[in-house]
Amino acid sequence: MNLYAIRAIYLFELARTWRTLLQSIASPVITSSLYFVVFGSAIGSRMTEIDGISYGAFIVPGLIMLALLTESISNASFGIYMPKFSGTIYEILSAPISYGEVIIGYVGAAATKSIILGLLILATARLFVSFEISHPLWMLVFLVLTAVTFSLFGFIIGTLADGFDKLQVVPMMVVTPLAFLGGSFYSISMLPPLWQKIALFNPVVYLISGFRWSFYGVADVNVAVSVGMTLVFLVLCLIVIRWIFKTGYRIKS
Amino acid sequence: MHPVISVENLTKTYTSNFRALDSINLEIQRGEIFALLGPNGAGKTTLINVICGIVNPSQGRVLADGHDIVSDYRAARSIIGLVPQELSTDAFESVMATVKFSRGLFGKPPNPGYLEKILRDLSLWEKKDANIRTLSGGMKRRVMIAKALSHEPQILFLDEPSAGVDVELRRDMWDMVRGLRKSGVTIILTTHYIEEAEEMADRIGIISKGKIILVEDKIKLMDKLGKKQLKLYLQSPLANLPEEFAGYPLELSADGNELIYIFDAQSEQTGITDLLRQLAKHGIDFKDLQSSQSSLEEIFVNLVSARP
Repeated sequence: MNLYAIRAIYLFELARTWRTLLQSIASPVITSSLYFVVFGSAIGSRMTEIDGISYGAFIVPGLIMLALLTESISNASFGIYMPKFSGTIYEILSAPISYGEVIIGYVGAAATKSIILGLLILATARLFVSFEISHPLWMLVFLVLTAVTFSLFGFIIGTLADGFDKLQVVPMMVVTPLAFLGGSFYSISMLPPLWQKIALFNPVVYLISGFRWSFYGVADVNVAVSVGMTLVFLVLCLIVIRWIFKTGYRIKS
Repeated sequence: MHPVISVENLTKTYTSNFRALDSINLEIQRGEIFALLGPNGAGKTTLINVICGIVNPSQGRVLADGHDIVSDYRAARSIIGLVPQELSTDAFESVMATVKFSRGLFGKPPNPGYLEKILRDLSLWEKKDANIRTLSGGMKRRVMIAKALSHEPQILFLDEPSAGVDVELRRDMWDMVRGLRKSGVTIILTTHYIEEAEEMADRIGIISKGKIILVEDKIKLMDKLGKKQLKLYLQSPLANLPEEFAGYPLELSADGNELIYIFDAQSEQTGITDLLRQLAKHGIDFKDLQSSQSSLEEIFVNLVSARP
């Protein structure tokens, strides 16, 4: 295994985060803080509890997950798209490095950034609302699993994208609506029966539900199903990436 | 000793059905400077890209120091460095950061002393902390060379290294290439500057329409294909060439002041003595004469244009 290469890609990608600290870390933390101020402290204090949890605390896992999903996709897609755009991809393709090592480097860095961001939002949320974490280990498992899975998804988007605008399409037009409709701000059980069934086709429901369970021990769907669905999505992403590298689609002619 | 690069029946056909490389066979010897010449779209860059792993071959096999570039890509790629034609750099990184990145990517442990030497050799040391986007085109080209050398390759591909660089940098690069060759590095370069190949290469390969049409030692090539010409500056201008000279490969300049005689430098009978005798016989005097040999550029143009 070419550990030096993995390290080089990983550190190179993380260095980009430090260079763009405002965009990479500060901006999503501030955005999430505004949600906590508006929905947690201001409006939340006038809303009833959900499953025995104050509204401010209830939305914490959903908002962390929303940031985690969008940032994981954004970080990983930008990470692989930039070398394609600038032409420096030639160096990756001509290096003695396997596709798996390329993935570990790029996706590892993107997931690391997202996890750091998730933990920062978690710490920030604690400034505005009071909450406990019932299953801290499972919270970390969900955090890492989601960050890795959606970084893989972002890597696929970055590989397939042929323009900067395409990088934003999936996070803005697909993931954000799915996260908003996936129970970030409410429990799926609050929906009418038909919409509850429809909501189960939204993969983000399982992520938010599982993550919320790790905080408060309550979930819209069984936690094992949440873990299973996340793993299914992860495996699907790995299969697509394997196909991309095997065929060289949009990477290698 | 086996060749350091061995290309066997290499073919590359793109999905558009365009055949960029057509059954290429080529051997590059260890420690030589090999210049690959060819017109635009001949397949030079595609050939380099296949060898370096950037483009998938359709058929055939390439060995780099005995390692198959597909099945044993790690060993093959680790000994190859590439300076591509396009100026592709990480705009927002510092020079040192991008060179360190390249070294790591090729599986080499950090070696600050070696990287300092490369940057000093390429006059980049003063710019090591500079953001790459602030550098001139020539300096960016040096950065790309530094990146290609960062992992101490045994084989270095230079794809149009002189494109867009000034004369000073070109001379510096030539010196650097000669220095690398002395240290045992094999250099393969493509160039549009024929004088570059003429100046530096040990062997020349000419590629046209995806086929290698000639591989030859540079000196032998110039001897074999090079035509010599003898220019005679006449005392008095001629209106026409006398009919008696119709059988000679002789041209009269437009103003009638010069006679140009083209002959094969390798031939035992150049015909010069006979020509001079005939000129004297017809009272055509000359005040001066000059002989010259055709350049590699002329040889190249002749070879490529002669093919259908």
